[in-house]
Amino acid sequence: MIWVDTILQGVLLGGLYALFAAGLSLVFGIMRLVNLAHGDLIVFGAYLILVIVSALGLHPVAGALLAAPLMFCLGWVLQKAVLNRTLGDDILPPLLVTFGLSIAIQNGLLEGFSADSQRLSMGALETASVAVGPVSLGVLPLLTFGSAVAVIVALNQVMYRTAIGRAFRATSDDPVTASLMGIRPDRVFATATALAMLVVTVAALYLGTRANFDPAIGPARLIYAFEAVIIGGLGSLWGTLAGGIVIGVAQTVGAAINPEWQILAGHVAFLVVLLLRPRGLFPRGQ
Amino acid sequence: MSARYSVTTRTPASTGALIAALALVVLLALAPLYASRGLIQDLFFILTMLTLAQFWNLLAGYGGLVSVGQQAFVGIGAYALYGAVILGGVDPVPAILLGGVAALVLAIPTAFFAFRLQGAYFAIGTWVIAEIARLGVAQWRSVGGGTGTSLPRDALGDMMLVEGIAALFDVRASAARDILAYWLALALAAGTIAGIYALLRTRRGMALAAVRDNTEAARSVGVDAGRMKWLVFLTAAFGTGLAGGLIYLQKARISPDAAFSVTDWTAYVIFIVVIGGIGTIEGPIIGVLVFFLLQSLLADYGSWYLMLLGLIGIAVMLFAPRGLWGLISEKTGLQLFPIRRRLVGGVLTSKEG
Repeated sequence: MIWVDTILQGVLLGGLYALFAAGLSLVFGIMRLVNLAHGDLIVFGAYLILVIVSALGLHPVAGALLAAPLMFCLGWVLQKAVLNRTLGDDILPPLLVTFGLSIAIQNGLLEGFSADSQRLSMGALETASVAVGPVSLGVLPLLTFGSAVAVIVALNQVMYRTAIGRAFRATSDDPVTASLMGIRPDRVFATATALAMLVVTVAALYLGTRANFDPAIGPARLIYAFEAVIIGGLGSLWGTLAGGIVIGVAQTVGAAINPEWQILAGHVAFLVVLLLRPRGLFPRGQ
Repeated sequence: MSARYSVTTRTPASTGALIAALALVVLLALAPLYASRGLIQDLFFILTMLTLAQFWNLLAGYGGLVSVGQQAFVGIGAYALYGAVILGGVDPVPAILLGGVAALVLAIPTAFFAFRLQGAYFAIGTWVIAEIARLGVAQWRSVGGGTGTSLPRDALGDMMLVEGIAALFDVRASAARDILAYWLALALAAGTIAGIYALLRTRRGMALAAVRDNTEAARSVGVDAGRMKWLVFLTAAFGTGLAGGLIYLQKARISPDAAFSVTDWTAYVIFIVVIGGIGTIEGPIIGVLVFFLLQSLLADYGSWYLMLLGLIGIAVMLFAPRGLWGLISEKTGLQLFPIRRRLVGGVLTSKEG
């Protein structure tokens, strides 16, 4: 029974990793840009919520609702002013610019908030749990997983049911032809990154409420997100959720065997998938 | 009048640069005669960072392989040295070679996995492997596990050549160890630059540049792009492992978090190459000097300094993607390490530099 519990906890943890990864997956799908500062942007989002929560005395969810439009604008400006300049055939500029951004964000946060661990308090909700048959599941992990599913459903709806989604797909397929149809790729890309920042805000909310965070944890979140994307298969958001679950389950099972193996087990699972299915579990047909 | 043509890469500037470089190496080799111990340590830092930067530049600037996981090879090289010294009783100086070999061995599975990933995903893939190496080494109890360990005092005391250097310069053993490490770093840095320059001038070097500029076109003229990637990746891993062993021989104290630090061994190195000018041999040399200057001026400001470094890196990449050396050589046409083949002699003489 303990194994069922461990695996269920792992699945729910996978929801968190899918939230980390969804923004990364979205941006990569539309403009083939891998943002190495993605993890640091999530941590930045958590600090932004923390500042709002402590300044206005709000609940973290309300804080996240206020932070979301700010993050949206930040994403738009970041893409329009900086990242759009790096897009092209050469992979070096986007990688190096986002890597520089990652270092700058980490150290900016360190200067502003010190290296002390912080946490967003959800009150009684943090420890609440519901009994499902013989195992009890935390309400917060369940909410996280539910949010991950909701985010993925919402992103898929946007991609396939709306005008901006059509613009995303058209620009992704062929920016030149798309621009002949009156689409401005630079604006489309800016909107995509802004949308990804909304997902980042959701991820930041759960990052901050489920565990302590400090300025240095961004790169590890980037790595989990990246592993989830690759395991799932590039370009598939549901695949990204599956990838997150694989990492989450591997980590909780690893931790159950030996607490020191938690992180290592997740990485090893990633390598095993890469070895057996180099294009991921659910590759988009090409 | 018979016109004889020949193909050369040499220019007057490069001949001058060669003479100046040789003179500089001699001057640096004699540094223990006139430099303080602090300066020797600073020069050691500059030379080891220069070595790491040259190898990263070989990977990213010439091979098109942007790795963010080079700390794996620094760390494994350093830990191989500590393992050999502590567990095997090997003299630390030859153990540096073991560091290079260990990095080479790790590079084989790393490349096997990472080459399955394209472009940006390759970068994060190498990072994942470095994390696995760090977490794995942290489980290695006999070299201190997660908290790390020091080089044993008697191994340091019995290190080859140290006694002779101490007698020669009339200094204490600890200062003599710094001098030895410095000479090794000088040899490694000079050897690296000479080796990379020699590689780039050969057929392999041309093949490498061709693969970087256009993989398909290079394949169409018979270049085995996959083999070039392996060659570059393994060479860079070996050199990075040697540097890692040497760096931690000088530090005499190691921990997994320090030896596998992405900031110290990859972020700094990337900034050095980007600021100096990626894809040139001159770039990392200028970059490391700028980096050292910035660090000396701003070290007291801690994280502000790193933040500034990140922002400078972004600005250079956006506004001067070929770095400081790119700006200089655009203005002056100067190339100290030319690799472009030119036709000279005969009736027509190329003026192109």
